[in-house]
Amino acid sequence: MAAASKAAADSRANLPFVYRQYSAEQLKQVLYKMYLIRRFEEGAEESYTRGLIHGTMHLSIGQEASAMGICMPLGEDDQITSTHRGHGHCIAKGAEVKRMFAEFFGKTTGYCKGRGGSMHIADVGKGNLGANGIVGGGIPIAVGAALSSKMMKTGKVVVSFFGDGANNEGAFHEALNMAAVWKLPVIFVCENNGYGMSTSTARSTAVKNIADRAAAYSMPGVIVNGNIFSEVAEASHKAVERARAGEGPTLIESKTYRHRGHSKSDRNRYRTKEEIEDWMSNRDPITLFENELREFGFIDDKGIEAIRDAVAQEIADGIEFAKASPSPDISEAGNYVYTEQA
Amino acid sequence: MDAMVRELSYAQAIQEAMAIAMDMDERVFLMGEDIGVYGGAFQVTGDLVERFGADRVMDTPISELGGAGVAVGAALTGMRPIFEFQFSDFATLAMEQIVNQAAKMRFMLGGEVSVPVVMRFPAGSGTGAAAQHSQSLEAWLGHVPGLKVIQPATPYDAKGMLLAAVADPDPVMIFEHKLLYKMKGPVPEGYYTVPIGKADIRREGRDLTIVATSIMVQKALDAAAALEAEGIDVEIVDLRTIRPMDKQTVIDSVKKTSRLMCVYEAVKTLGIGAEVSAMIAESEAFDYLDAPIVRLGGAETPIPYNPELEKATVPQVPDIITAARDLVKGVR
Ligand SMILES: Cc1ncc(C[n+]2csc(CCOP(=O)(O)OP(=O)(O)O)c2C)c(N)n1
Ligand SMILES: [Mg+2]
Repeated sequence: MAAASKAAADSRANLPFVYRQYSAEQLKQVLYKMYLIRRFEEGAEESYTRGLIHGTMHLSIGQEASAMGICMPLGEDDQITSTHRGHGHCIAKGAEVKRMFAEFFGKTTGYCKGRGGSMHIADVGKGNLGANGIVGGGIPIAVGAALSSKMMKTGKVVVSFFGDGANNEGAFHEALNMAAVWKLPVIFVCENNGYGMSTSTARSTAVKNIADRAAAYSMPGVIVNGNIFSEVAEASHKAVERARAGEGPTLIESKTYRHRGHSKSDRNRYRTKEEIEDWMSNRDPITLFENELREFGFIDDKGIEAIRDAVAQEIADGIEFAKASPSPDISEAGNYVYTEQA
Repeated sequence: MDAMVRELSYAQAIQEAMAIAMDMDERVFLMGEDIGVYGGAFQVTGDLVERFGADRVMDTPISELGGAGVAVGAALTGMRPIFEFQFSDFATLAMEQIVNQAAKMRFMLGGEVSVPVVMRFPAGSGTGAAAQHSQSLEAWLGHVPGLKVIQPATPYDAKGMLLAAVADPDPVMIFEHKLLYKMKGPVPEGYYTVPIGKADIRREGRDLTIVATSIMVQKALDAAAALEAEGIDVEIVDLRTIRPMDKQTVIDSVKKTSRLMCVYEAVKTLGIGAEVSAMIAESEAFDYLDAPIVRLGGAETPIPYNPELEKATVPQVPDIITAARDLVKGVR
């Protein structure tokens, strides 16, 4: 037994980080969750098209490795702040898709009891302090959560996800500065998908890489290929170690791409079909990870099939749960504005 | 020769006004997030970038505080910027430049300068965008001397008031209800203005004055049509400008009808309804009142995501009908 696992470990010695760090079971679970994120968003998109969900939504299809890689080294007590494009973060941090669907359907069983919808999805129990409708809004909040961690000595690490567009908000700059000055256990994760709505980073941002901005706040700035799970997880791992050791924040720039439009009203006029096609067929994060798992012998086609089937079932069950759940009563429209006191 | 009148949507009317302003005056330019090739989040700028180029239809980074400040600075020094907030809720990020800078610059400098900036704010609920994208914050800005704050309720007024705003030497804040963008109405071609600071009697009546703003004007008109069948004759004052407020039109109307109801979407408390009610209570119209003043405003909650709750959170036509009927019949 010991010899066998040593042999397994030796055979992995030359593989990328995650294949040395995690068990086959854990890695298969990652693939499961990446599919869960993808199928969740496809399910949400379809429900929206069929008029079952109102409002709008921002899909992270194409960015699954980034969410999963960053959350991989986090414990259940660690916390995140998320964005309008936050379904993947939510699932990666441990949320149940049925309660997410319920939220999108505006039901009382949803994570926000139907008050928040897609853009405010949260799962406080699992450490997701919430998506945010305000670009950059979550960044200082994450710094505050990290301040609590330090003051209360809870050992928690906080991750703040945000987009490339958000790095031009004042809140980003103010937050990074304070986190560095106070050496807080926070990790800033910029998911650079190339565009803030229609505006490319070249047109919005004075530096070539957003990670370059870390230098202005005396913290490490790390660039990773956000579509390669192992690369993202490795960077996150190091940043978490640094944060837990009390050495302060890290800025990780995860370069990725969103396959879908910005939201439901996007005519995609600011990018070409060829560009989208290229990312979808040549750099899809799930395909890349699945191919590696297969190539390195962690899974076979049958195993992949089993994962896809199980995900499809969980999604179908989740939608059924959401449909069958009750809507909030109009008489309760005034609830939760203030803290109810006994 | 009279200008040709066509049916345009509220959004098209604004777009046309901006195009006319840019054609007439090369100092006029547009700034905002995704207003170029994207056409604006609500397609208000549409294809203007093709006509005027990216230098005059400028996409900004997602930087509301900085962007608004740049517009203020440009206005201060000779340009005529029209700055679009993607949602009015994001005014909160730019409050410093709007409230401390734009509004006070002329005053602080003893009249040596003026700040002819126009800011546009897509506002209001009804799109399922939840608590951070559905607010009606006009009264916040209405509280600040130095600003002018308008809420056009029709395509005609949207165009004419925008052109008046561009011609105005002081900062003008325009709140546009998102659900109005698709509303159609008659709009003359060419240049005309609708004065800032002047209310409009949208319907004459004997029994009750409803002072409404923005989308509530249309809802009040719908309610008035239903109430007419019951023999209740409603006068509707479209306030149009909340600062400076056209007090006289409201006073005269209340003196005529002896009853006042204010209808607005923003949270009821400490809002426009409070201001209008207090203004009437302080005026000669007070003696003419036959009943207590009624305010119908938004619920004391953020706007919820769930569509049924969302509707229940702001006044709807049946709410206006019931409240007006009770007011006229003396039900309390
Ligand atoms: C303060 C603020 N400004 C503008 C918006 C409108 N908006 C929502 S998402 C978005 C683009 C954000 O881009 P990025 O940060 O790159 O995130 P991505 O959408 O690419 O994930 C914009 C402009 C907003 N929600 N909040
Ligand atoms: Mg982006």
